[in-house]
Amino acid sequence: MKKVYQARTEKKLRPRSFSRAIQVGIVLIVLLFIVLTASTLLGSERLPLFDLSEQQRSIFYDVRLPRILLAASVGASLAVAGAGLQSLLRNPLAEPYLLGVSNGAALGTMLAFIFFDRFEFSRPVMAFVGAAVASFAVYQMARSRSGMNVERLVLSGVIVTTFLSSILVMMTTLIDAGKLRSFTFWLLGDLSQATRNGFYLSLGAAIVGTVVLTWQARALNLMMIGERDAFDFGVEVNRVRWLVFGVASLVVGASVAASGSVGYVGLIVPHLVRMSAGSDNRLVVPFSAVAGAIFVVSADTVARTAIAPRELPVGAVTALIGAPLFIYLLRRGS
Amino acid sequence: MLKVADLYIRYGYSEVIRNVSFEIRGGQITALLGANGAGKTTLVRAVNGTIPITSGEIGIDGRQIDSMTRREIAARIAVVAQENETRFPMSVFEFVLAGRFIHGGAFGWEGDEDIAVARKALEECDLASYETRFMNHLSGGERQRVVLARALATGAKILLLDEPTANLDLAHQAMMFRLVRERCDNEGFSAIVITHDLNLASEFADEIILLKQGSILATGAPEEVLNADSLQEIFGVRVLLDENPASRKVRVTTVY
Repeated sequence: MKKVYQARTEKKLRPRSFSRAIQVGIVLIVLLFIVLTASTLLGSERLPLFDLSEQQRSIFYDVRLPRILLAASVGASLAVAGAGLQSLLRNPLAEPYLLGVSNGAALGTMLAFIFFDRFEFSRPVMAFVGAAVASFAVYQMARSRSGMNVERLVLSGVIVTTFLSSILVMMTTLIDAGKLRSFTFWLLGDLSQATRNGFYLSLGAAIVGTVVLTWQARALNLMMIGERDAFDFGVEVNRVRWLVFGVASLVVGASVAASGSVGYVGLIVPHLVRMSAGSDNRLVVPFSAVAGAIFVVSADTVARTAIAPRELPVGAVTALIGAPLFIYLLRRGS
Repeated sequence: MLKVADLYIRYGYSEVIRNVSFEIRGGQITALLGANGAGKTTLVRAVNGTIPITSGEIGIDGRQIDSMTRREIAARIAVVAQENETRFPMSVFEFVLAGRFIHGGAFGWEGDEDIAVARKALEECDLASYETRFMNHLSGGERQRVVLARALATGAKILLLDEPTANLDLAHQAMMFRLVRERCDNEGFSAIVITHDLNLASEFADEIILLKQGSILATGAPEEVLNADSLQEIFGVRVLLDENPASRKVRVTTVY
């Protein structure tokens, strides 16, 4: 009985041929275009495909398009950060949010908002610094004489996350009540404040992140097996580790500064990609970028339309979809 | 190929490796024997640069190991150690191909040569039908053979094997040693093998190093080194020695 079951799961998971990878890639790209098109048309004001009026044009160009493109680049960023961190830490449950990277970026953004409000670029810069400091803190806490132990690292992530959360909550008392609601929204992940600069930054970070992590994908494949294995087989483990932490801080910083902490993207998307295309990071990283964009754009469309004309924070939607799906995956995986 | 001279390794105040010197030539299998905690794994890990040394020299092909990059070392030394399980679904073939890391460039996909080398390694390790199986569905012994196949696939000429036969059945123990022996005889490989199986060491090794509390107690051909006195000193057990009637090599029998 057991044998039959095993054989079946193996067949279902059997991947890895090149043609299969190409199929998955094509499906993802087609899906991305469909989702992008559909989401531009849907909203509190439905837009026609052709012959837009002056007012509809302005909605399209000034409101909807920047937001959708930001959603796409934020989704890509968070998904590749998740894929990279999971391989680095050999834990499919690792995620920017779980490790405190997102909260570090959120704290940085909040500090910039309170103290350097006049400079728009202080937010992404401070977010990057916050994310980097949080990853460094987690890494230092998790390090021990015998090297880096995965359980310890995840626990350190939880501690840093909760510590930063409490600081964030305390700091909301410094904000006047009028801004509080938008801030609460932003903490949960909110794309309604999309700006052109925020989008350019986030897109740039997403591209850099995807390219760098794809470039290191073979090394990450070995890291996924074990750090010592990677070292034995020629990977400069320290360099790769810092590179991944650096890239994760960069993409998460840019995303959080633009849209707050959208949770679960980095966890769910790489999981789904691995299930359909295998664990090879040379596919997992770029596919996660595309799939992450699809996921967040879809979630944001739901956030905009579900109770229109009012809006939900997109992070609430991703968590609502993500959490049950994650539990399902976890149960099925074990 | 590999030269270790006056090696010392200290952790804090404890000296783990003391004044160890030896040399490995091409085509030679060297067995590293010693009680638990004698420093065998530490020594082997130092040889491939994993553990920092306190003083002494380690040279590969005439170059000092501390002047070499990870890639350069990995191109010359392949390690077979106890495998830790990965939590990601990974096929046997992907696992073995990962051993070709040093041969690929940035963004590189494996070429025909990489695939051919990996296939050959799998065949040699009696794993031809395992290509699409998943690592986490294999038994300990099967995984151990995959780990050997990955090491063979690297193309490195020095093999460091840390208890390679620990999980293997009788047939595959012999297979593993025979495979290493063949590579040494025909292709100029050399190997350092940590093992607790004195008879396998006697059968397949050209040279044996007996390690006691971090320093070398004796070194030489199996028939010179394996004797009642040295084994009594290292393991604290009484042994009988005679000749294996099939191979004419020294045979060790423990007296319980």
